Amino acid sequence: MKRLLSLTAVAVALAASSAQAQQVSVKIGVMSDMSSLYADIGGPGSTAAAKLAIADFAKSNPNVKVELVSADHQNKADVGSGVVNKWYDTENVDLVIDVPNSGVALAVSQIAATKNKVFIVSGAAASDLTGPKCNANTIHWTYDTWMLANGTGKALVKTGGDSWFFLTADYAFGHALERDTAAAVEANGGKVLGKVRHPLNTNDFSSFLLQAQTSKAKIIGLANAGGDTINSIKAGAEFGIVKGGQKFAGLLVFASDVNALGLATAQGLTLTETWYWDGNDNNRAWTKRWQTERAAAGKFPTMVQAGVYSGITHYLKAVASLKSGADGKAVVAEMKKLPTDDVLFGKGTIRADGRKIHDAYLLEVKSPAESKYPGDFYKVKATIPAAEAFRPLKDGGCPLVSG
Amino acid sequence: MFEIFGIPSQALFSQLLIGLINGSFYALLSLGLAVIFGMLNIINFTHGAQYMLGAFVAFLLLQHAGIGYWPALIVAPILVGLIGMVIERTMLQWLYKLDHLYGLLLTFGLALIIEGLARNYYGSAGLPYQMPDVLVGGYDLGFMRLPIYRGWVIVASLTVCLGTWFVIERTRLGANLRAATENPTLVRAFGINVPRMITLTYGFGVALAAFAGVMAAPIYNVSPQMGSSLIIVVFAVVVIGGMGSIMGAIVTGFGLGVIEGLTKVFFPEASNTVIFVIMAIVLLVRPAGLFGRRA
Repeated sequence: MKRLLSLTAVAVALAASSAQAQQVSVKIGVMSDMSSLYADIGGPGSTAAAKLAIADFAKSNPNVKVELVSADHQNKADVGSGVVNKWYDTENVDLVIDVPNSGVALAVSQIAATKNKVFIVSGAAASDLTGPKCNANTIHWTYDTWMLANGTGKALVKTGGDSWFFLTADYAFGHALERDTAAAVEANGGKVLGKVRHPLNTNDFSSFLLQAQTSKAKIIGLANAGGDTINSIKAGAEFGIVKGGQKFAGLLVFASDVNALGLATAQGLTLTETWYWDGNDNNRAWTKRWQTERAAAGKFPTMVQAGVYSGITHYLKAVASLKSGADGKAVVAEMKKLPTDDVLFGKGTIRADGRKIHDAYLLEVKSPAESKYPGDFYKVKATIPAAEAFRPLKDGGCPLVSG
Repeated sequence: MFEIFGIPSQALFSQLLIGLINGSFYALLSLGLAVIFGMLNIINFTHGAQYMLGAFVAFLLLQHAGIGYWPALIVAPILVGLIGMVIERTMLQWLYKLDHLYGLLLTFGLALIIEGLARNYYGSAGLPYQMPDVLVGGYDLGFMRLPIYRGWVIVASLTVCLGTWFVIERTRLGANLRAATENPTLVRAFGINVPRMITLTYGFGVALAAFAGVMAAPIYNVSPQMGSSLIIVVFAVVVIGGMGSIMGAIVTGFGLGVIEGLTKVFFPEASNTVIFVIMAIVLLVRPAGLFGRRA
């Protein structure tokens, strides 16, 4: 259901200083899956992260006035496009952020370019957003399919998982993740034995898993996300996939999924993320604030939600530096020029193709015995340095790069 | 090993069995819908939410009261059934004389409210529910490994479905019920409390949904949208079987589960659509459904 929640995020106290400081105002729209299978990955948690970012920025920059709105795209490209068109055209929204679901994100990216606004992708994964479909108004912030494939795919092939079968969500994201992972597997000497494509938001995976079982592949690559991944892994445990010697590769698994599966089912799963709430003291402190803002003590923020915080922080810096958020291309160019630096992702950069660069982490889910407290999900197996974590600039085929 | 249409027979048999398992859920849910529509003439769109409530109640019972799976299989349907009866008494009973559309809108609205509340408190990723130890593990059938729990789902669902059919079609209680639907005034004249009977029937239909929810809790995650993704399919099952036909709902439930299972082998991308294609064809050829009586 379309929910349009409008709230004035920061009431700026116009102190004496405002006489000198030039007043800049921008409007930010968080569009996410608020009510379905990806709602715990982004959703209301992304809106909470956005509020924190705006509040933190206002402390040091009282002259920038920020308004926040949010909406549900229901995982439908047409619904998402409708909302974004309205936001950009009649509600003066300058930045749209988050948008889990690559199908919707690809549509929004085109709209942002046509109307010269800004779009920061945190929730969607398709690497095409900074590849053939890149544009000068879109920045891909948190992660992408190439980075996931390169992290998890490569690590598993190197430890002996050299034959793969894919369970792929049948839309832009699943296809991109499957393509990028298959490429990483083959480049490292593995081979792909087969694949099956399932509709988004499938309830029962037993049928697909039996097909994966008969393939005798060592690794079953889950090129899906959220509820689909959870149901695949649960059914896999029941049908004895792991006992039979096959192994799951959760190509895109979030902290919220691990929480939902329970460690008993998820233990041993290898995955790649760019941010982990328990990674350092800054992240832990932020997580506490996020839990208060979200009014959910037992939930843990995902990298997507952290990316929303980080993305908005950097966007506002660029707006403050330009003293205007009106020209989308100019803001994005300024964002690429300024080095990124925030409490969650540390120092980083944004490349010409719109790809934000930072470290990634190869993680393994702990067993219930190893986990000491709620949310103690992962062992960090390796840190993939920023320079290697993402697709090399020249390989993406982005028109902005080739000129 | 032989092959059928290029698919190894082993794969085919296992898909048939999995189809039956999924069909068990379709049958249980569409049975409840058929009972409610047959007796109350209400299109119960809250059914999916009530299925979800069943799973949540089982989860909460375990979490807060330490009540395990087996008692929950009885307690959760009763609790959710009682909630259903309250809904019938306070809201639904005023709509019987109006067009179907009003009942549909009310129940649809209730479903959205219930799901929204669950999502607000528990999030959308869902909660894990442990399987009872006795049912963990599986048998090797030669062509596939059958998890014990899935086998139990088929047995339990068949028992409940056939039991319900027997009560409604073959006992005195069922005869009274059917008579009350046909001509409530006359049945009242025989000294039977028709409104109470209708309330109990609605409660029973809802309890069936909750029962299916408890059965589903250990397999799928307990999540607020577990019902909404299933309910549309279940409605198609009821329409194909014939609105209000008890046996129709059971047979089509299992049958469509099998057809859907086979689609997942031959053309997986269409597995979510195949049931609706069948529904369209059935409506064109037999508008009253496969087992429906013409009004």
